[in-house]
Amino acid sequence: MKRLTLALVLVIFALAATTAVAKDWSKVRIATEGAYPPFNYVTPAGDLAGFDVDIAKALGEAMGVEVVLVGPQDWDGIIPALLAKKYDAIIASMSITEERKMKVAFSKKYYNTPAKFIAKKGDMTEFSREAIKGKKIGVQRATIHDRYLTDNYGKDVEVKRYGTQDEAYLDLTAGRVDMLLADSVALSDGFLKKPEGADYQFIGPDLSDPKWFGDGVGVAIRKEDKELVDKFNMAIDKIRSDGTYKVIQDKYFDFNVYGE
Amino acid sequence: MDLSIILENLPIYFTGLKNTVILVSISLVLGLLLAVPLAILRNYGNPLVQLPIRAFVYFFRGTPLLVQMFLIYYGFGQFDLIKESLLWPFFREAYFCALFAFTLNTAAYTTEILRGAIKATPHGEIEAAMAAGMSRFLMVRRIILPSAFRRALPAYSNEIIFMLHGSSLASVITIVDITGAARIINSRFYSPYEAFLTAAVFYLAITFLIVFLVKKLEVHWFAHLQPQSTSEQVVESPP
Repeated sequence: MKRLTLALVLVIFALAATTAVAKDWSKVRIATEGAYPPFNYVTPAGDLAGFDVDIAKALGEAMGVEVVLVGPQDWDGIIPALLAKKYDAIIASMSITEERKMKVAFSKKYYNTPAKFIAKKGDMTEFSREAIKGKKIGVQRATIHDRYLTDNYGKDVEVKRYGTQDEAYLDLTAGRVDMLLADSVALSDGFLKKPEGADYQFIGPDLSDPKWFGDGVGVAIRKEDKELVDKFNMAIDKIRSDGTYKVIQDKYFDFNVYGE
Repeated sequence: MDLSIILENLPIYFTGLKNTVILVSISLVLGLLLAVPLAILRNYGNPLVQLPIRAFVYFFRGTPLLVQMFLIYYGFGQFDLIKESLLWPFFREAYFCALFAFTLNTAAYTTEILRGAIKATPHGEIEAAMAAGMSRFLMVRRIILPSAFRRALPAYSNEIIFMLHGSSLASVITIVDITGAARIINSRFYSPYEAFLTAAVFYLAITFLIVFLVKKLEVHWFAHLQPQSTSEQVVESPP
């Protein structure tokens, strides 16, 4: 019995010792969602692709580390799984907000685009609180858009929350919701420019109030991994200055997604 | 643990509780109403009637509830034929789709539970009913069904609880049930532990209530099997 206890104690010490050693970042596991085209999606062949994925690979290269893509991940659980060390970073179009900063650390932004509503063409002539009263509006659960809509219009409209943006598109075309609120670029490239989105259009102003929409989109990292945050910041600067960023941007968009 | 998040947001959980209770109770009642005739036909109907019932039960027991819900909610929305039909106003609503899927699912399981219970009716009971000159219908109504319900109760109480737990899938199609409420709280405060623990407490409370009610029903239905009270048979002492 004594020997067993001793063995156990040794094992525990051994485990503790390995975690205490500084982390070696030769390999970084990066998660994405895979349901937010054109930023991240799954190709028909089953691979992860999109702007976020290309950025993740470029950042890995700039840091000189091997990137292992983990995904697709459920958006709801993407932060809890990061904290549970299922992967080391999230590059999934996650906006840098105050609430999220309480749980995770962020790199500097790697893009910033405004949010916008869409509705069926001819459904509404102008956008106002009165005009959208009683409408069913779809958002992705646990996003800045969910938060903005709930806080500002929660009493006037019926908020429908979806697990993924793709499901929200399905219900918009099925007529189950009247409007959607999401990132303008995701809406335009992921839906409006596609055949099924032909009957829909943007309505209302560009929304970018930092109180809800944060300071752009960044890489989310566990708070204790400060080293990795610095590495990502340097890598973002590097791909911005050496032209890699622009090559990736031009592959997906014909405008500047980085912001000012 | 930060319970203040939960306390401040209890109204969301109560909305969820209301939706869960409505969804589960309506689908259980409708499912049972469907299952009784189906189980009888499954035992006594001719093979042509039995075949579609077998297919129905096989399909709903053979596929996950989540898949059934996706088929009904997102799948039906794909066909213009359905979207332009008179049924669309119903299938447009997430609530109706969930109710539809839950009802058919529990109907299938309950049919199977009752089928077995009917089949296991002791031969003596049927013989006695025949000897008393009962018609087929009267025999089913007076003898076979009451006897089968008693035998089916323990298995059916399991089905009730499974249905309650299965209803948590409604949150996937935008319905705010107990799980949906927990997901809203989790997504807002990034506190999965508090959010889902509260949901668990709600489910435990409902399960407790179900178990309690079934127990009551059991005592009532199985009264004839309980030990007889002897308090009234006072043995008089010899004079």
